[in-house]
Amino acid sequence: MPIEVEAPGVEPRSVAEGGVALAGVEKAFGDVRALAGVSLRAAPREVVAVAGPSGCGKSTLLEIVCGLTAPDAGTVRAAPAALMPQRDGLLPWLDAVDNAALALRVGGASKREARAAAREHFAAFGLDGFERARPPELSGGMRQRVAFLRTLLAGRPVLCLDEPFGALDALTRAQMQDWLAGALAREPRTAVLVTHDVEEAALLADRIVLLSPRPGRVVDTLEVPLPRPRHRTDADVVALRERALTALGAA
Amino acid sequence: MIAAVVILALLGAWEALVRAGGVDELLLPAPTQVATALWEDRGILAPDLATTTWEVLLGLTAAIAAGAALGVAMHVSPPLRRALRPLVIGSQAVPVPVIAPLVILVLGFGLAPKVLLVALVCFFPVAINLYDGLRDTDPDARKLLRSLDATRWQTLRMLEAPSALPAAFTGMKVAAAVAVIGAVFAEWSGSDAGLGHALLTYNGQLQTARAFAATFLLFALAVALYGAFALLERRAVDWTPRSA
Repeated sequence: MPIEVEAPGVEPRSVAEGGVALAGVEKAFGDVRALAGVSLRAAPREVVAVAGPSGCGKSTLLEIVCGLTAPDAGTVRAAPAALMPQRDGLLPWLDAVDNAALALRVGGASKREARAAAREHFAAFGLDGFERARPPELSGGMRQRVAFLRTLLAGRPVLCLDEPFGALDALTRAQMQDWLAGALAREPRTAVLVTHDVEEAALLADRIVLLSPRPGRVVDTLEVPLPRPRHRTDADVVALRERALTALGAA
Repeated sequence: MIAAVVILALLGAWEALVRAGGVDELLLPAPTQVATALWEDRGILAPDLATTTWEVLLGLTAAIAAGAALGVAMHVSPPLRRALRPLVIGSQAVPVPVIAPLVILVLGFGLAPKVLLVALVCFFPVAINLYDGLRDTDPDARKLLRSLDATRWQTLRMLEAPSALPAAFTGMKVAAAVAVIGAVFAEWSGSDAGLGHALLTYNGQLQTARAFAATFLLFALAVALYGAFALLERRAVDWTPRSA
């Protein structure tokens, strides 16, 4: 559902075309302040990475964009968004196709229609032959691809990706980052990518928003005008990574 | 394997105790005497076993239907949950021997009061385990369904129900194990057939070996029912990793 909170200074048109605009968002859980005046904008088909240390309210930010949580203060304008939660959220009793087709089923498609639609993408997602595999039978990388396909098939203009590769080993994570870059190039969407890995942010994003530790506030925003495909060894990517780490106070 | 060894050891010790003259065999017959009674009286015991099995099966079915409906209702509706919970829990505090005569008085000596009493004993573990299972659904998965704008009914059907299935089976296995108790108490309060009735009769006649044979059949019935549900669970819940 689109969240429409009237606010001056944000562009409704960009939101209608699939953008996201948060301004001065505050959120506290009891006495714990999670977000302190966070502003964030994503133009249609732009990939914005939100990077910061653990516990800076990144997941809360995504829930606000998805309309799962209401902010205490501030304005939220966002096109309909689909969430890819941390730890993939695959349902263990469904096979890979049914998991990928979950959004279609919720949307009212019959089991057959939904399975057929999801299966069409299996080859492109490197999941051929694993249609009937249950989540425990899939590798970590495959699980993330099924989860990403499920998120895509929700058919929402905005993707909210919550540390999609946080649980993977370094090698698989590197492969999956390249794969996601390719997938977003083939099927451009507005994406808000939450990560604690600034290299991942530098590889995938058009803009990197850096958050402070709790309560999360924006400490810096880095534009990433680099051509794609990018490689983690590119001098520009390495330089950007260093800048981001310095801004976060880690280097 | 180990279970068989333990049971054999216990039976051996029991046999030795009775043979050595430690206990009056009117109080405690040896396992071999019970086995003999079981074999020789099979013609008398078989109809009683059939009667009790039928009561238990019908009662369990009713309990599962009612317990499932109650578990779902309590999960879906907080006001209903607040209203029903004390009643549901309280129903388990009332001893079956107390209400059994009442139920017999109202429903007569037929099948109905037995089924009702079995159901009364069994619906609680079914309802409570199902309710707990539904409630314990992974909150992240719930968030995911909510982000897809799933309706309450879709969330229940696609997420909560499958996720609660293992807990529901736990409830049904517990119910299967205790169902026999309900049937026995019901038969004690008024009936002319069934293993509970047989037990009462043979005890009165000091036919202890026969009474033990009837008890053994009750034991076997409970184990068989439990096993049937465990088997069903293996087929229905085929996604959880199982240790040997």
